[in-house]
Amino acid sequence: MIQQQAGALLKVRNLTKRFGDGCPQCLEGLGTGNDAEEGPLHHNYCPICGTVHALRDISLDLWPGEILGIVGESGSGKSTLMRCLYFDQEATEGEFFLDPFDGGKANVLKVSAQARRAIRHTLLGMVYQNPVMGLRMNYSAVANIAEKLIAAGSRNVGTMTARASELLDQVNIPLRRMGESPSRFSGGMQQRVQIAKALSNRPPLLLLDEITTGLDLSVQAKVLDLVRQLQADLGIGMLVVSHDLGVIRMLADRTLVMLNGRVVESGLTDQILEDPQDPYTQDLVHSLL
Amino acid sequence: MNHTTHFAFFDEGSKREIRRAILKAVAIPGYQVPFASREMPIARGWGTGGLQLTLSLVGLNDTLKVIDQGADDSVNAVSIKALVGASTGIAMTDQTSQATLIQSRHRIPEVPLTENQILVLQVPMPEPLRPIEASEQVTKRLHAEKEYSGAYLSLFEDILRYGTMAAGADHPVMVEGRYVMAPSPIPRFDNPKLDKNPALILLGAGREKKIYAVPPYTQVKSLDFEDHPFRVEDFGGAHCSLCGTQGVFLDELYDPTTGRTWHQCNDTSFCGRNAP
Ligand SMILES: Nc1ncnc2c1ncn2[C@@H]1O[C@H](COP(=O)(O)OP(=O)(O)OP(=O)(O)O)[C@@H](O)[C@H]1O
Ligand SMILES: [Mg+2]
Ligand SMILES: [Zn+2]
Repeated sequence: MIQQQAGALLKVRNLTKRFGDGCPQCLEGLGTGNDAEEGPLHHNYCPICGTVHALRDISLDLWPGEILGIVGESGSGKSTLMRCLYFDQEATEGEFFLDPFDGGKANVLKVSAQARRAIRHTLLGMVYQNPVMGLRMNYSAVANIAEKLIAAGSRNVGTMTARASELLDQVNIPLRRMGESPSRFSGGMQQRVQIAKALSNRPPLLLLDEITTGLDLSVQAKVLDLVRQLQADLGIGMLVVSHDLGVIRMLADRTLVMLNGRVVESGLTDQILEDPQDPYTQDLVHSLL
Repeated sequence: MNHTTHFAFFDEGSKREIRRAILKAVAIPGYQVPFASREMPIARGWGTGGLQLTLSLVGLNDTLKVIDQGADDSVNAVSIKALVGASTGIAMTDQTSQATLIQSRHRIPEVPLTENQILVLQVPMPEPLRPIEASEQVTKRLHAEKEYSGAYLSLFEDILRYGTMAAGADHPVMVEGRYVMAPSPIPRFDNPKLDKNPALILLGAGREKKIYAVPPYTQVKSLDFEDHPFRVEDFGGAHCSLCGTQGVFLDELYDPTTGRTWHQCNDTSFCGRNAP
C-alpha cells in the first residue's frame, strides 16, 4: 500500500476480544497458524475453559477516504470488531487510534467514558446489520437522526429538523415519509435511514456491518450505489464488513480476510480475489466463483 | 392490623434506614437513591414512597398538611392524615404556611415555601430516561456518564408531533447542572417553583424503591431547546371564578348542559373562597 504523508485515519493494533476469562492453555497455547485446529482452540472456542476468542490480535490501518473491506465466514469476528470500534463492546486488549482525536496519539480504548461518547457521536457513524440495533423503530425517522445530533450537543429543533430532512433526502427517503417511524419502512429504507443517521455529524469514518444482507438484489444494488456515491462525494473513510465477496469487490480498495477471530490475509481487493495466498481465502474465492 | 405501638408506624430501625437514604439523596441532588421500600396499609395508587418519607421524618412538634392534586380533602389525603395522625397524634392543617411537613401528590402549593418546611412529593415513575431505555442497568450508566440525549429526544419527538413540548406533567429537569430528574407529575406550572426553593424537597417512589432530593436553594432547570424554550401552562388571562385570582394553576371546569367553561384555583387551600 502506498502510504500518503498524512497519518492513517484509523489505526488498530493487536485488538483482542474474549468472551470469557481464558485459561493458561488457551491464553498461552495460541499458535500463529491459520488452520482451524490450533492449540487447544476449536475454531475460536476453548473447550477447556469455554472462552470464545472472538478477536485475536487484529491490526489494521485505514487511510482518509479509503474503503477497507472485511470478509470472512459467519462467526469469524467481523461484527465483534465493529462493535468494539464503535464502543458497543469493550475490547479485552489492544489499541485503537483515530487521527482526529488528539492527533491519533491517544489509545481511545483507554480514554474516559465521556470522551468515548464524544468520539462515537462526532467521529464515527455505524450502520448495523440489523436495523433494530441502530434505530428506534417507534420514533420518527427525523427523530432517529436528531438523536445523534442531540448526542453531539445540538439543542436547536429547527436546525436539527433541517439537517435530518437534508440527510433523508440524500438517501432518497421521500419528504412526506420523514415523520413516520422506521417500523413502517421496508428493509432497504430502514438501512438508508441508518446510513443517514450515521452521516449526521459528518464523521470521517463510517462502520458498515453487512448492510445489504437480507435485502432483495435490486434493493441491495441501490444501497451499494448510495455507499459508493457517498464515498465519492464526501470522501469518508469506511470499514465495510460483508461475507459476500461481490459486495467487497464492488466497494473495497483493500480487503482483510478474517477467520476464527484473526486476519489471515490482507491486500488489494483485486489481488486477493485473483491470486489468493492463504488456503482459506483460496477456498472462499473459489466457492464464490 | 394494628402495628401502632411504634411512633409514626415504623420501628426506629426502619426510620433510620430511610433517613440514611434521605441524607444520601440530599448530598447528591437529583440522584435516585435506592431504599428498602416497605409494604404499607394504603392503596397502591396513592403510592407509598411519599408516606414512608413522611413517617420517617415526622416528629411530635410537626404540623402536617397532605394534598392530592391540590385538594386537602380528597379521600387519599384524608386517609394519609388519618394514618399519620393515629400513630403520632400530631396536628394537621390545610394552611400551607402553618405546615412544617407537606406531603403532596402532583402539586407544589401556591403559597411560597420557607426554609422551615419540608415538601414530600409522591413519585410513580422516578426514572426520567425510562421511556427511551427499558434497562435499569443502562439508565444507571447513562446518569453516571451524564448522557441525557434520550431525555431531549423524547421532547424533540413531542415537538415534531404536537408542535410543542406537550408532555404536560412530569417535564424533566436538570438539577444543579448534573442529574436529570423526574419532578413527579406536577404540572409544568410548578417546575419553576423547584428552582432555588428555600424548602427541602424530597421525592419518594415506593414501587420503584427510590428516594431523591432537591435541597434548599438548589438550581433546577427544565429541559428545553434554544428555539423551543420551556413554558408553563397558559391560562389565557383566566381567573378563578370563586376568588378572582390570576397567575395560579387553574382547573378548567365545564358544564355539559350549558356548554359553559370556567376556572377555579387548583390549590383549594390557597383559593380565596376558603380564606380563613
Ligand atoms: N456476547 C457474546 N458472548 C459469547 N460469544 C459471543 C458473543 N458475541 C459474539 N460471540 C461469538 O464471537 C464470535 C464472533 O461473532 P461475530 O458476531 O463477530 O461474527 P461475525 O463474523 O459477525 O459473523 P456473521 O457473519 O454471522 O455476522 C462468534 O463465535 C460468536 O458466537
Ligand atoms: Mg456479523
Ligand atoms: Zn481456555
